[in-house]
Amino acid sequence: MPENQGTHLIRGARPLGDDPVDLLFENGRITAIGPDLPAPDGAEVVDATGLIALPGLVDLHTHLREPGREDAETVASGSRAAAMGGYTAVHAMANTDPVADTAGVVEQVWRLGQEAGYCDVRPVGAVTVGLAGERLSEIGAMADSAARVRVFSDDGVCVSDALLMRRALEYVKAFDGVIAQHAQEPRLTEGAQMNEGRVSDRLGLPGWPAVAEEAIIARDCLLAQHVGSRLHVCHVSTKGSVDIIRWAKERGCDVTAEVTPHHLILTDDLAESYDPVYKVNPPLRTAEDVQALREGLADGTIDIVATDHAPHPVEAKETEWSTAAMGMIGLETALGVVHRTMVETGLLTWAQVAERMSAAPARIGRVGGHGRELAVGEPANIVLYDPAAPVEVDAAAMAGKSGNTPFRGMSLPGRIIATFLRGVPTVLEGKIK
Amino acid sequence: MRHLLSAGDLDRDEATLILDTAGELAQVGDRSVKKLPTLRGRTVVNLFYEDSTRTRTSFELAAKRLSADVINFSAKGSSVSKGESLKDTALTLQAMGADGVVIRHGASGAPHRLANWVDGSVLNAGDGTHEHPTQALLDAFTMRERLGRLEGLRVAVVGDILHSRVARSNVLLLTTLGAHVTLVAPPTLLPVSVHTWPCEVSYDLDEVLPESDVVMMLRVQAERMHDSFFPSVREYSRNYGLDGERLSRMPEEAIVMHPGPMVRGMEISAEVADSPRCTVTEQVANGVSLRMAVLYLLLGGS
Repeated sequence: MPENQGTHLIRGARPLGDDPVDLLFENGRITAIGPDLPAPDGAEVVDATGLIALPGLVDLHTHLREPGREDAETVASGSRAAAMGGYTAVHAMANTDPVADTAGVVEQVWRLGQEAGYCDVRPVGAVTVGLAGERLSEIGAMADSAARVRVFSDDGVCVSDALLMRRALEYVKAFDGVIAQHAQEPRLTEGAQMNEGRVSDRLGLPGWPAVAEEAIIARDCLLAQHVGSRLHVCHVSTKGSVDIIRWAKERGCDVTAEVTPHHLILTDDLAESYDPVYKVNPPLRTAEDVQALREGLADGTIDIVATDHAPHPVEAKETEWSTAAMGMIGLETALGVVHRTMVETGLLTWAQVAERMSAAPARIGRVGGHGRELAVGEPANIVLYDPAAPVEVDAAAMAGKSGNTPFRGMSLPGRIIATFLRGVPTVLEGKIK
Repeated sequence: MRHLLSAGDLDRDEATLILDTAGELAQVGDRSVKKLPTLRGRTVVNLFYEDSTRTRTSFELAAKRLSADVINFSAKGSSVSKGESLKDTALTLQAMGADGVVIRHGASGAPHRLANWVDGSVLNAGDGTHEHPTQALLDAFTMRERLGRLEGLRVAVVGDILHSRVARSNVLLLTTLGAHVTLVAPPTLLPVSVHTWPCEVSYDLDEVLPESDVVMMLRVQAERMHDSFFPSVREYSRNYGLDGERLSRMPEEAIVMHPGPMVRGMEISAEVADSPRCTVTEQVANGVSLRMAVLYLLLGGS
């Protein structure tokens, strides 16, 4: 476990892609920013020439699998993967075994994160007991626990009961919480295997229609506005959803939304291989949806990028498509994919990337000390990224336990060189500390 | 051609070669000794995860007529039912030296997955709601035998298109071979993107029949009714079933096909099923010759 101490002088980094400066980290904080800073005695100097400095990334949607599926990932292995991806805080989803629906489970996950020490692990609490969608879990107890839970989600399952969703939205207002909805109308998606459209029809795989996502988002936006609460929409995947969220924001609904890196770049025709590494929920959609998601992220309709990092053991994917598990890992590739899809295309500046991958997710999750400006006095949660070091994604070389990355073999334009958590490197020279 | 996974993998020349080869091999079935030495010493595994006596027997007979060693590996009573994965089963078959694996599986795409894990040829004998390429080939063979051509032939495929692997393979193959396909079904039993398929679509069987040289009736499982695909078996049968009255409105030479098993009284009346214009038993007989041709072309070379 890295110690929360040490002095580091970062030479020649480009904050948010701007002109190079030096940054000094002492006692967990940024204590000086400027050209040619003198190195204090005992300071470790990091040559960051050409590297972009961003605030440490914050993931609002991570599956760490512990407790219950430690064969796929643990809090420790998942937080190492997070650090390798430039993250200093992640939100651990509630669909563990047992489900994170009590103060005991969320405190366990929170404590495991503290012990691992690679990033701050913020547990997400389940909205309903056992994710069963029948009655509210002890949301208040989780909020008051040592884990200070603020994000609640039945992710993997939709809170489809409109009345229960209304109650959940209202209840979390008491402590400024947010309901993160996995928008999936259950009856329209029974047995669904992939996006419903030309490809599913040709492949004979039961379809997951866009309307099943869009109908729930529309309903929830109206509900959130009616009760004056905060709604967060998980992993938006369709053009129609972007349109609905844009409309809801225009009429004053307090809704935020996320998109995953994979939905920004991959399309449903990859299912033609029947390789379940491309099976995910919500499913990969069409090129038209990908374009709309990029535009939505660029214009702020979609607030953040969240990974939906979903590790699975080999046997869960080396099977027929219809029996394979849904989900793909994404922590270690997220920034590279955003660089390719949003920065290289001119849709986002690095400052906007910092907003969408650090500041905004920290705000939505009410995470203190993360997503802050790169300024003197702020916590030294920082990632150094080399934008000119193309890397071929190697599934076998992942820091997490599972290798189910859909980007294997793909070239991404840059790589994480260093990640600092409160001034202490969790990653240095591209390697986990 | 290493595998036969989809009817769409065949170009016109390859498909025609299979049909022509089947025509030659059909003569073997007429001899007193119905056997050729072509695949002697080669091993064909029938890997059937779904019960299908008809298709499995057809493949078994085809392989045996070509003198191949045939192993039937059914999901029941094998390690498959103990939870062995498709991959481990594939590696087992690989270790046993299977030259060809004929697979029937309830999951769409299972043959594609299998082809990644074995060196031998994989033949798709029906996968989920995806494809059934040898059925489409034997259907085309039967049409060509009965009507003398495929080019320009007007074929209506009627029934549960949405869940039909037979329909998918037939649309692909018949289009490749120059026939014109019209799919006929209630809108609930058609895929949402069917308008992008290389065929016509109609909701009205009576309108299509007089313009069809072939009508292919597909089985509709009664349980679809419980999912509200249509209101009742009676209403389905009234609108989309083929009875003698409807048959009489087809051109005189037109034939009635069915991949079996038929549900008499649902999609086809007993009168039509038993009429000489119905080719169901010919399709079964042709299935053996056609599967011989496919096995021969996939496994016979070098």
